[in-house]
Amino acid sequence: MSAAEPAGPWHLALVGNPNSGKTALFNALTGSRQKVANYPGVTVERKSGVFQTPGGRSVHLLDLPGTYSLRARSPDEQVTRDAVLGHLAGETAPDMLLCVADATNLRIALRLVLELKRVGRPLMLALNMIDIAKKRGFEFDLDRLSAELGVPVVTSTAVRRGGIEALVARMDTLIADPPVAPGEQAWAPPSSAELRATQREADRILAAAVKVPGRPDTLTGRLDSVLLHPVFGIVILLAVLFVMFQAVFTWATPVMDLIKAGFEALGAQVQARLPEGLLQSFIQNGVIAGVGSVIVFLPQIVILFFFILMLEDLGYLARAAFLMDRIMGGAGLHGRAFIPLLSSFACAIPGIMATRVIDNRRDRLTTILVAPLMTCSARIPVYVLIISAFIPDQQVLGWISLQGLVMFGLYAVGIASALLVSFVAKRLFWRDHPTEPFMLELPDYKLPQPKSILIGLYTKAMMFLKRAGTTIFSMMVLIWFLASFPRPPEGATEPDINYSLASIIGHALEPLTAPIGFDWHINVALVPGMAAREVAVAALGTVYAIEGGTEAAEKIGATLAQNWSLATALALLAWYIFAPQCASTLAVIRRETGSWRWMAVSFGYMLALAYLAALVTYNVARMLGAG
Amino acid sequence: MADVFPDVQACVDLQASVSPLPLGAARRGFCGRIDAIAVNGHAVGLSAGELESRLLELGFVEGARVEILHEGSFGRDPIAVRVNDATIALRRREAMAILVS
Repeated sequence: MSAAEPAGPWHLALVGNPNSGKTALFNALTGSRQKVANYPGVTVERKSGVFQTPGGRSVHLLDLPGTYSLRARSPDEQVTRDAVLGHLAGETAPDMLLCVADATNLRIALRLVLELKRVGRPLMLALNMIDIAKKRGFEFDLDRLSAELGVPVVTSTAVRRGGIEALVARMDTLIADPPVAPGEQAWAPPSSAELRATQREADRILAAAVKVPGRPDTLTGRLDSVLLHPVFGIVILLAVLFVMFQAVFTWATPVMDLIKAGFEALGAQVQARLPEGLLQSFIQNGVIAGVGSVIVFLPQIVILFFFILMLEDLGYLARAAFLMDRIMGGAGLHGRAFIPLLSSFACAIPGIMATRVIDNRRDRLTTILVAPLMTCSARIPVYVLIISAFIPDQQVLGWISLQGLVMFGLYAVGIASALLVSFVAKRLFWRDHPTEPFMLELPDYKLPQPKSILIGLYTKAMMFLKRAGTTIFSMMVLIWFLASFPRPPEGATEPDINYSLASIIGHALEPLTAPIGFDWHINVALVPGMAAREVAVAALGTVYAIEGGTEAAEKIGATLAQNWSLATALALLAWYIFAPQCASTLAVIRRETGSWRWMAVSFGYMLALAYLAALVTYNVARMLGAG
Repeated sequence: MADVFPDVQACVDLQASVSPLPLGAARRGFCGRIDAIAVNGHAVGLSAGELESRLLELGFVEGARVEILHEGSFGRDPIAVRVNDATIALRRREAMAILVS
């Protein structure tokens, strides 16, 4: 629809620098009436919403990714450029652009305004966070600013009640009498000489219309002198991360237990009410267990994103990237990859979702590739089972527990291989692409707004449930199918799974897995283990016909100790460091990268590493007499 | 903490005593103005023109006032630079293209 149809909604696009408070303004304008989706084919979030003006017109608002220029260096910025120019497929060309600028940091923003004028669309500038600017002693001559720029200027405060009234009221006048477009579309990628000239012009306008206080924000300065201190800065960052990590692990546990218990109770109800058979098994083990295995991750995701959104809004995430850049950079990772990788210790799913804080697509993909190598909490039950069954409970050097040492070693190998793989991936996949320089604005600290955090959490949670839910769920059903068909013959003596496709696959794989010491029992357990790694523990119990599932862990351990050699046990541990044994993670990789190819690459390289690690471990252990 | 923010007077003193040098070689507390953006082999990966454009877009334009506020913990890299009224973090390698005095 266009401006020529007066009854249709008015299309407004929000453009602005990163950290301009654009998203907060978007949230203030649209509230919960917003939709978050992906642009087709790219991993760029598309956020849109609707609001009503006092005059009763409905305005369609599109929040575009933050940018410093229309020169478009990343897929995010390409979306912004194409949407602004009206070239974006499937998107209505905006009737007007609303450029959002942080009133305390106008210099770079005014250059963007001057660049946007060349697009030839009606344009308005919103000086956002005007309350903070005035408090800090900024003085604005709005008429002069508007006259010099040649565009209407309004002030706004996204976070205060009434802070956007002036903006919304102005919208009505502009809809009734649209501002004349500054001219024809004349935008072309600016040369460096043009960039210099526009910045000089922006500096001139800024000097003429805005009185800037002599000193920078003293609170930010004082906080940074501690938070960016070469020693204390790192210590505080580690402390923040420790608290976050603890919270994801411990706060989530009671809720996760509750969800698990809820779904188990539901499954038990089904078992009690439905006649035994295929339908019962499908609903109980396929549908309910499948849905449950997805929803159980939700508490961890919500807690993790609570921290990430708080730290992001506070302005600390950029500082964390600054502090960690040197360490991460050595392995070819971006400073911002630190938090997603750390989150992956809890679970790779929230970790992979958190890679959205990395702007550059290639840096993001590298991080997604290595995130599953961080030892997630679902591996712990498997590690614990095998370690306690095979590693003697004794002390090394008098005080170090051998079992603990093995556990630590498994974590360490995971971290080391993640750094190594990213180092290799950078050179293998992105050989022809330049390394992104680390250049990042460190915004002034701001108190996070509860409303923005809540909206952010809600959209992240819905995104996870909707997108991952569908794929994860279908994989769960597939795995159930493999473990249940064909049905055991009449008078079968062995567990059902031993007659299923999973068992056929397990037997078929035996020649392949013999060199790494896995017999068909292990292979069979690995199939349902695809659903979630810890399921392999219960599955091992099932194939060895032990009643009681995970609760019987000790019994399973004893059985394993009788059936396996130490070399096999060690090989399985080595396998699990790398094994791509989690359908949910693969589903999220597929969703977040928007491509089957990257999912296949992840699966393939991890499978290869797992096999190699198990092969080396098994044979070295046998040579040392553990066969 | 006081030394983190050299006051205006300290800045002027430093400025008078320092001859033109790349920002990437300057230490914390350095204050000065940008003389030129000159990308000569500093653009590892990016083309020279691309690095120049990115620096310009972040406000590193001739005449702008710069001050190094913070240095990273390892190898004093990256650096946090005050450019007029914004703070930008970048690596020293890229900052070598910014000539200051």
